[in-house]
Amino acid sequence: MFVPGNNPKMINSADIYGADSLMFDIEDSIAVTEKDTARLLVAEALKAQKFHSETVVRINHPTQTPFGMDDLRVILPAKPDLIRLPKVECVEEIELVASEIERVEKENGWDAGTIRIIAAIESVKGLYNVREICKHPRMVAIALGAEDFIANLKTNRTKTGIELYYVRSQILMAARDAEIQCMDTVFSDVKDMEGFEHEVSNSRDMGFDGKSVIHPKQITEVHRLYTPTDKQIAKALKVLDAYADAQKNHKGVLAVDGKMIDGPIVVRAQRVVDQAIAAGVNVEEKRELA
Amino acid sequence: MKNAAGREIPEHITGIENIKPYQGEFAYQPTGNIIGKKIRVGKPGADKVLESIEQAIEKTNLKSGQTVSFHHHLRNGDYLMKMVVEKIAAKGIKDITIASSSLSPCHDFLIDYIEDGTVTALETSGLRGELGKYLTKNPGKLKKPVIIRSHGGRARAIEAGEVKIDVAFMGAPTCDRLGNATGKEGKSAFGSMGYAMVDAAYAEQVVILTDNLIDGFVHPYSIPQVQVDYVVAVDAIGDPAGIASGAIRLTKSPTQLLMAQYAAEVMDAAGYLKQGFSMQLGSGGASLAAAKFIREKMEAKQIKGSFGIGGATGIFTEMLKDDLFEVCYDAQTFDTTAIQSIQENPRHLEVSASFYANPWNAGPIVNALDVVILSATEVDLDFNVNVITDSNGTLMGASGGHSDTAAGAKLSLIVVPLVRGRLPMIRDHVQNVVTPGESIDVIITDRGIAVNPKRADLIEKLKGTKLPLMTIEELQAMAYEFVGKPEEIQVSQEDKDIVAVVEYRDGSIIDIIRKPID
Repeated sequence: MFVPGNNPKMINSADIYGADSLMFDIEDSIAVTEKDTARLLVAEALKAQKFHSETVVRINHPTQTPFGMDDLRVILPAKPDLIRLPKVECVEEIELVASEIERVEKENGWDAGTIRIIAAIESVKGLYNVREICKHPRMVAIALGAEDFIANLKTNRTKTGIELYYVRSQILMAARDAEIQCMDTVFSDVKDMEGFEHEVSNSRDMGFDGKSVIHPKQITEVHRLYTPTDKQIAKALKVLDAYADAQKNHKGVLAVDGKMIDGPIVVRAQRVVDQAIAAGVNVEEKRELA
Repeated sequence: MKNAAGREIPEHITGIENIKPYQGEFAYQPTGNIIGKKIRVGKPGADKVLESIEQAIEKTNLKSGQTVSFHHHLRNGDYLMKMVVEKIAAKGIKDITIASSSLSPCHDFLIDYIEDGTVTALETSGLRGELGKYLTKNPGKLKKPVIIRSHGGRARAIEAGEVKIDVAFMGAPTCDRLGNATGKEGKSAFGSMGYAMVDAAYAEQVVILTDNLIDGFVHPYSIPQVQVDYVVAVDAIGDPAGIASGAIRLTKSPTQLLMAQYAAEVMDAAGYLKQGFSMQLGSGGASLAAAKFIREKMEAKQIKGSFGIGGATGIFTEMLKDDLFEVCYDAQTFDTTAIQSIQENPRHLEVSASFYANPWNAGPIVNALDVVILSATEVDLDFNVNVITDSNGTLMGASGGHSDTAAGAKLSLIVVPLVRGRLPMIRDHVQNVVTPGESIDVIITDRGIAVNPKRADLIEKLKGTKLPLMTIEELQAMAYEFVGKPEEIQVSQEDKDIVAVVEYRDGSIIDIIRKPID
């Protein structure tokens, strides 16, 4: 969930809504005149408060703006879990931030890799370099920043999402190739929960690992949509049980409910169960529902 | 002496007779009878309609030293009390006790009449605004401390004769020439006249002021003609914008919504959200918003509730309209949607404050409540609740139906943010107790939920859920981690600096509000 970095009240209460990751923003939601305030406030909040969620700070771009390097100097010693780098266009930008992180890690005696990077693709140029960007060892996730990307494309955001279909597909492929996570862009109309559900379902079905949100009420929906249904969990357990049984008894081809089960189906079943466990579901309770 | 809520109650308080310290929710056994007004004879041809408020004051023979009452159905739009008190003052009448069912910021004008000696005592459910600040700073301006009563406690005190109302002045949005009055019709319609009903039945004399005097007959009536001595027509009894808010909307605050959701989940997990259940929602943002989540659960489980109690809001009356509840018992109607409901829906019933919450009758409706969700200005480690003073000890709230519903309901939930501004809301001891911890089952904050240890059954039921359960001490420690422990407010221990006496619903004293030392 994005949290404006200059709003103490929102920062204070940010982690009560169950977001998996909190992204304190000192970039686009913060006016130029407020940059230093937000930077200091976020750093102090990170030092003073115990957040239950993962913490991320979205800094200003380190070369396209005069604020990014100052952001890093103030934010990194406060030890967020991740730095979010917006509007990334090439891997050199990741390298610049990574070297700054490395310096601070060494200075503080932290393990290498304590602070990781999530980058956002927000332009066509960035998209063309996304594979190389994703493969940088500090990277744990890639995200789409739709508004800037669409401006760059010279089009508008639509309900169908057709304008983002290509970029979503491309960054997803790059993420999978680099074995990092892939996060979908925000949905700005907080009143339109139906449109939100539609968009989250679509990007989930494409293969995205999660969704950026801008309001607490969107969190529950994302969790609901990403939590496998009881039926899906029961079916996955059945597949895994049959597979385990086949392994144990050296059976060859196996079938569940008349359908042949092979390697990829077992992998997908395991993913369903893993997702359910991550969502806090007691999967054993679902076994008898199959 | 210490009362059963752990508060020190002095043996002598100037102006307060028969001091009974609070002994427990239902510990006190009253004796005696309900009082009644003097017999009178209404003769054929008599005309109750008077020309003016002055004439009503003359006809009722109001004298210095007497008690006049008002209802608070006009809320912050009330013009009535000011019109009446101005006329009382103009006649040179002094030393008046005002027994109002509550007071709003629009009653700040009373400061002038306290200063000039017209008003020397106040008995009310609550007081706020400048008047609250003034009386907290200047307790000696009145001849005795303000008496704070719950809605049920006020009805009890009137019926038991502890509050003797000489003249009740009551605003009615519509009244006929015989004195039949209703709150449901007219330009100043405010819905139920539940608080006025008790005054009408027991006050020595009753004067109705109306801005809609009709020649026909009011039916059905809230106040019957047999209880009404005089009727006066006035231009306006109140400001419609202050009387009722437009439709009260669900809060948009994510924190309030989170607490509301927790409340609904606690109700469900504790097994109270079932066919035929009853509930009341307090008027705070989170308590009202619980309706959204309760509704979702009721629809998913396909269950129907039996009754709800108002403070009726549109948020509840819409559930009534959609047949999610059988009836609504309403002593006070809050918003325009609910006013429309009481006008149109025969299952929306107008009830008196005594029917609602008086502990000394054969059974107020609060006794049949399954669940109540209430707010708090602060709570403490003993689960005591303050709703009358702020964290600086200044009068700024109202007792309302808080202690009445908490005592009656099987499950009493408090929703309160863990921290407000820079202050933790879980104190070692609340500044003032209005509702004792023995009536409270669960405290729900935005960061955790604490169950009263006496409800081991609830703790057991909630354990297996995803709800963030913790002890009240753990919750307090979390609040301190954020904002630290504030210094205690120092209050004067002198008798002359007692600002108010907080009565429990049975008339015993649950707490004393003392003047903070600067």
